[in-house]
Amino acid sequence: MEDALIMGRFQFAFTIMFHYLFPQLTIGLALLIVIMKGLAIRKNDEFYNQGARFWAKIFAVNFAVGVVTGIPMEFQFGTNWAKFSTFAGGVIGQTLAMEGVFAFFLESSFLGLFLFGEKRLGKLGHFFAAFMVFLGSWISGFFIIATNAWMQHPVAYQMAADGSVHISSFWGLLLNPWVGWQYAHNMLGSVVTAAFVMSAVGAYYVLANHHLEYGKMFLRIGVVAGLIAAVLAAFPTGDGQGKNLAKHQPVTLAAMEGLFETKEGAELILIGQPDMEKLKIDNPIHIPNLLSFLTYNRWQAEVKGLDAFPRENWPTNIPLLYFSYHIMVGLGTIFIAIMATSVVLLRKQKLFSARWMLWILMLSFPFPYIANTTGWMTAELGRQPWLVYGLMRTAEGISPTVSAGNSLFTLLGFMGMYTLLGLLFLFLVMREVFHGPAVEK
Amino acid sequence: METFWFIAVGFMLTMYVILDGFDLGAGILHLFVAKSDNERRLVLNSIGPVWDGNEVWLIAAGGTLYFSFPKVYASSFSGFYLPLMIVLWLLMLRAIGIEFRHHIHHPMWKSFWDVVFSVASILLVVFFGAALGNVVRGVPLNADGYFFEPLWTTFSVVPEAGILDWFTVIMGVVAFATLTAHGGNFIAMKTEGELQRHAREFAAVAWLGTLMTSVVALIATSIIRPTIWDNYETSWWGYLFPTMGLLGWLGGFYFQRKKEDAKAFIASCVFIAGMAASTAFGLFPNLLPASTDSSFNLTVHNTAASEYGHSVGLVWWIIGVTIAAGYFVYLFYSFRGKIKLPAEGEGY
Repeated sequence: MEDALIMGRFQFAFTIMFHYLFPQLTIGLALLIVIMKGLAIRKNDEFYNQGARFWAKIFAVNFAVGVVTGIPMEFQFGTNWAKFSTFAGGVIGQTLAMEGVFAFFLESSFLGLFLFGEKRLGKLGHFFAAFMVFLGSWISGFFIIATNAWMQHPVAYQMAADGSVHISSFWGLLLNPWVGWQYAHNMLGSVVTAAFVMSAVGAYYVLANHHLEYGKMFLRIGVVAGLIAAVLAAFPTGDGQGKNLAKHQPVTLAAMEGLFETKEGAELILIGQPDMEKLKIDNPIHIPNLLSFLTYNRWQAEVKGLDAFPRENWPTNIPLLYFSYHIMVGLGTIFIAIMATSVVLLRKQKLFSARWMLWILMLSFPFPYIANTTGWMTAELGRQPWLVYGLMRTAEGISPTVSAGNSLFTLLGFMGMYTLLGLLFLFLVMREVFHGPAVEK
Repeated sequence: METFWFIAVGFMLTMYVILDGFDLGAGILHLFVAKSDNERRLVLNSIGPVWDGNEVWLIAAGGTLYFSFPKVYASSFSGFYLPLMIVLWLLMLRAIGIEFRHHIHHPMWKSFWDVVFSVASILLVVFFGAALGNVVRGVPLNADGYFFEPLWTTFSVVPEAGILDWFTVIMGVVAFATLTAHGGNFIAMKTEGELQRHAREFAAVAWLGTLMTSVVALIATSIIRPTIWDNYETSWWGYLFPTMGLLGWLGGFYFQRKKEDAKAFIASCVFIAGMAASTAFGLFPNLLPASTDSSFNLTVHNTAASEYGHSVGLVWWIIGVTIAAGYFVYLFYSFRGKIKLPAEGEGY
């Protein structure tokens, strides 16, 4: 059973991490495409439409891979986590089914119209189709976050006689106090990814002196959207999430921050490695009292450390949780610096000639992917050892009849399939980028 | 209320089979009716704007099953672990077959994805038929309501059967014949000329195959699950569903001969709906019968979510599915009529 649990967890982790590389671009890019289509109409400038058409091609490939890697996520709740589904399906089945009914139908129908119907629909109709694709992907994100938020902070449920939980308030589930910050933070994270990707392509075109005018357009939109999203991702949304943690999952907050002992005026650790034997941080670099201030807005506030909680409720992999969180926060801070510098240069009309900045922009697009991934690792590792916080432990949720050998078989299958998908995706997107947005015929 | 959700899940699965059925059928026929690159592009463009949305019916049906009968979702998905995972891989290959083919204009690149698309479509249809066969036959549920099936054991219908045995293979063949004809009708409706002629020929042959395999499956079902007739004995009106299926088949046969492709396509939709409803009517109130002990059957009664969940779901489900139906009408209306070959570099 222990092996089956590890296989099940590993498979879920692998498939979700691979999957989320795609929706995070789709979600952000959908917004940027709507902005481009909007500019095309407002300025009555066909140039923006051509830019949007280029990104629509990248969007289509990205969307296709996102869809096919997304279906296994919904399936795995049943295939590998049957006990969890029996236990919680009466609640989270609602949000997952709503995602299908309200978001996927919308998204897929209008994507067909958006990609194939530009001539049939006319300018406003095509803008509308783009907007509906954006709306669909953002609604989809909402229902997934609402599902995850319930697992982080279960509300609006009743326990039935057989021990399973059932929804007791529809609006209570959708308006879970956990949802708001988590949703906003995730959507902004996606916009950061899309903005960095768009800026990177723009920077490449300007540096290589290919499709120069498009490159400048992508940079102008990319760096402005990137700065706004990166700032809002840190404050107020990231901060809001931290305060939710302090209130509802204080043991997770302590583990993320590497705070082993409860103290007044707790320091914020920037760098250092957790030593789980001696329960301390090696070679720490920290800012005194800052953690207390960020959590409670008072410099001398008491922050609970890990020692305040029984060890069986500690997150199971504290070092990985600690690093995931620190990587996310560190990268997020760097993103603000990069985008703020770029926007200053743009306003001084120096961005397109500042080659050093363009190089930085071109090379930094992988990092938002890392930040988004480590952000989700923080949420999921932080919830451990619980599958549903305080209600069901992860070990209790696994399917009782699926053997470790069968899970390994499918895990290997996914690894092979995703290697193929990943390589093909990179190959096709690189081709589109090198080919560029030049009008055909 | 439980009956309503049984019907709702059945309705969504039927919509899935009808809608994704024609693009799966087009995939089955892809290599055989369309020989030149232009013909293959016509086939792909005929399903291009809609296949993705059609597939959503499967996801939405899964979601609806999940919240209305969570225990059935958990039990069937973990029990059908292997075939579901294989179905996922096939869905991936099929989707990238459609989406990646048109990015590079090289004959080898295109033929590779044509074969991937077609073979994945064929295997998916057979697996879906076999899955339905498993539900009709029953699965080895234990007292806790869980089970696990290997891909096959001895191929005979025994309580510890695998996913594939002679009965479920027959069901796979029925699905194959039906959706080949359904896809052929669709291609004939959307195209002209040589391609249309080929599609009509294949559809006509497959439609005869559909009748023959369905009769065999009917006899086999009566042997291995005679209880499927119980509901028909108590409620005569249940016979309306098989009658609808039969009329659908006859209509398809008639309109294929008259070369009225759109009507033949509607007839194959009616046939599929009639057969699906007949099966569901015979199974009710079981969602997943046990091959071990009928007291372990998973029914709408012993697996239902809470009363509140069912009634709050009713409100949003009806709103959501009505809106979705609106999208589909709009989508199919926007892309109505015969397919014109788009310029190279546009469409598929």
